[in-house]
Amino acid sequence: MKYSSQAVAKPYFIAAIGLFVGQIVFGLVMGLQYVWGDFLFPEIPFNVARMVHTNLLIVWLLFGFMGAAYYLVPEEAERELHSPLLAKVLFWIFLVAGALTILGYLLVPYARLAELTMNDLLPTMGREFLEQPTITKIGIVIVALGFLYNIGMTILAGRKTVVNLVLLTGLLGLAVFFLFSFYVPDNLVLDKYFWWWVVHLWVEGVWELILGALLAFVLIKITGVDREVIEKWLYIIIAMSLITGLIGTGHHFYWIGTPGYWQWWGSIFSAMEPIPFFMMTVFAFNMVNRRRREHPNKAAMLWALGTAVMSFLGAGVWGFLHTLAPVNYYTHGTQITAAHGHMAFYGAYVMIVLTVISYAMPKLRGEEAANPRAQVVEMWSFWLMTVSMVFITLFLTGAGVLQVWMQRYTDVPQAFMVVQDKIAIFYWLREAAGAVFMTGLILYVISFFVTGEKRESVSAGVPDTA
Amino acid sequence: MEAVATHPAVQEKSGLPGDFAIWIFIYAELLVFGVFFLAYAFTRARHVELFNTFQQTLNRESGAINTLVLITSSYFVVMAVNAIRRNAAKRCSQWLVLAILGGGVFVVIKLAEFSAKHAEGVTLSTNTFYMFYLSLTFFHFMHVLMGMVILSVVAVKAHRGDYSAEEHTGVETGASYWHMVDLVWIVLFPLVYVLH
Repeated sequence: MKYSSQAVAKPYFIAAIGLFVGQIVFGLVMGLQYVWGDFLFPEIPFNVARMVHTNLLIVWLLFGFMGAAYYLVPEEAERELHSPLLAKVLFWIFLVAGALTILGYLLVPYARLAELTMNDLLPTMGREFLEQPTITKIGIVIVALGFLYNIGMTILAGRKTVVNLVLLTGLLGLAVFFLFSFYVPDNLVLDKYFWWWVVHLWVEGVWELILGALLAFVLIKITGVDREVIEKWLYIIIAMSLITGLIGTGHHFYWIGTPGYWQWWGSIFSAMEPIPFFMMTVFAFNMVNRRRREHPNKAAMLWALGTAVMSFLGAGVWGFLHTLAPVNYYTHGTQITAAHGHMAFYGAYVMIVLTVISYAMPKLRGEEAANPRAQVVEMWSFWLMTVSMVFITLFLTGAGVLQVWMQRYTDVPQAFMVVQDKIAIFYWLREAAGAVFMTGLILYVISFFVTGEKRESVSAGVPDTA
Repeated sequence: MEAVATHPAVQEKSGLPGDFAIWIFIYAELLVFGVFFLAYAFTRARHVELFNTFQQTLNRESGAINTLVLITSSYFVVMAVNAIRRNAAKRCSQWLVLAILGGGVFVVIKLAEFSAKHAEGVTLSTNTFYMFYLSLTFFHFMHVLMGMVILSVVAVKAHRGDYSAEEHTGVETGASYWHMVDLVWIVLFPLVYVLH
């Protein structure tokens, strides 16, 4: 750690990991409810478990992004954070607001939560993924503004690197597009249309800038390759992400009542979305092969390479599978969507946050890298989580293909619940893979507490050279 | 903890003119246009009548003029690269300004074409042919604007004397991109305006 104010990242990372555990617990609950409908009913109905599972994911990733930014921005800008105090205050505001919201979901009926939070004054509740009470949404905006002010001031006053500017652009976009969650038109077509401006333009637009910047930062640090080379790649990757991702929004507009040309625009541009992800894979392996130092943090390098591969598979390949309009006509909203959602979120955003944590956490604890035993445990957790996520994706894809076949792509379509019964075996297998994922996650948490012999060459000033 | 430079700087090597990075970008762009052209071809095969009928409504003269304008502009860019190879930086920048003016003429003619179609009430939803016509030409139009921005940056840098006969990667990079914009139009014009 070069600047003492980078330490504010630590609570953000801890909160992120804690909420991650919560997310997976609810994922397991929900996975079981797929095949055992009454499980935990009426205490935790499926719709509530789903809301908690997805909302926790978004919240912990935001904690991760903010923590990553607080760690990275001062180091890139070569100065202390503008206001560490503000970062600490915002942390607690965000954590308390997030926890209260989740408790609200769990403890009172959703309609009552809407009443309690005076949703009728400015109705924004009730839309998938954007279920948060209006006051929580306002809280998110305040936290985001304070956060952007804090890192923006740091960046403007310090050294301006491409990594910092791309990161800032991504985070600004994140805040701006979230504002569409306050816009709820009466017209159902427009309502869905602008809903995607938050959901799609986040994950297939501005978040990719954040992903690119974070990956570039970690690669610069662990490979020692020239910044100029990495920055050039970053430029091309984000340009391609933006061109394909922004117009690619059209792949959500096929069947919601928008004009037909979106089927062409959406299909063609979103079909190109795997390209920047593929370039990211080539880029990451290229940089690691050209490395000019052997960084002691092997786990961080594994996570970085894992991100590059899994984001290409999950976001790129599994997205392409059902992005073309003629294909999507049959697959829309089936388990194929769920398969893509799981591997894309894990491969791109979960893994990049874990990459940054893996790199930064030892430094925040005063070491160059975690001790070798802890790293071995962490790498085990990497493989358990990643491989089980591959299986979750494959099982859901199998379920989805059968679902499409029996329910849609046939002359004698069967009813939804009849088909669900027939594909139940895939849900059981998915749940088993989910249990393995949970095991991996527990190992991941344990890895922070594994002690081992101190590395001999641990000293911030002495770099390890190849 | 900082990386130490124990080896000489790693250089991107390639036999291609200009920066290696621009070529990745160019190939990606060509791929997008290529997919668009294929989509056009397959859709046209299923609606030959419709495509032939509405193709007649396009302004072929302005399309042809624009083709000449872009090719001429590409020639100016070639002259700019030649100039910088002779170390004539000022001359290079002048050729680039001419190329940018060519792009400007293209943009004006294209805007006139768009506004004529707009006045007729043609939109992306009018029919499939117009959907392709407007999408393809507009997407290309945006690339012309982008190319003009790139050439402007290069022209300013050339004028400032940032390039020399030895080091002029930037000029070649801008030129390569501009040729790509030109090349796409050379395919686009006959495909959409002429072939029936």
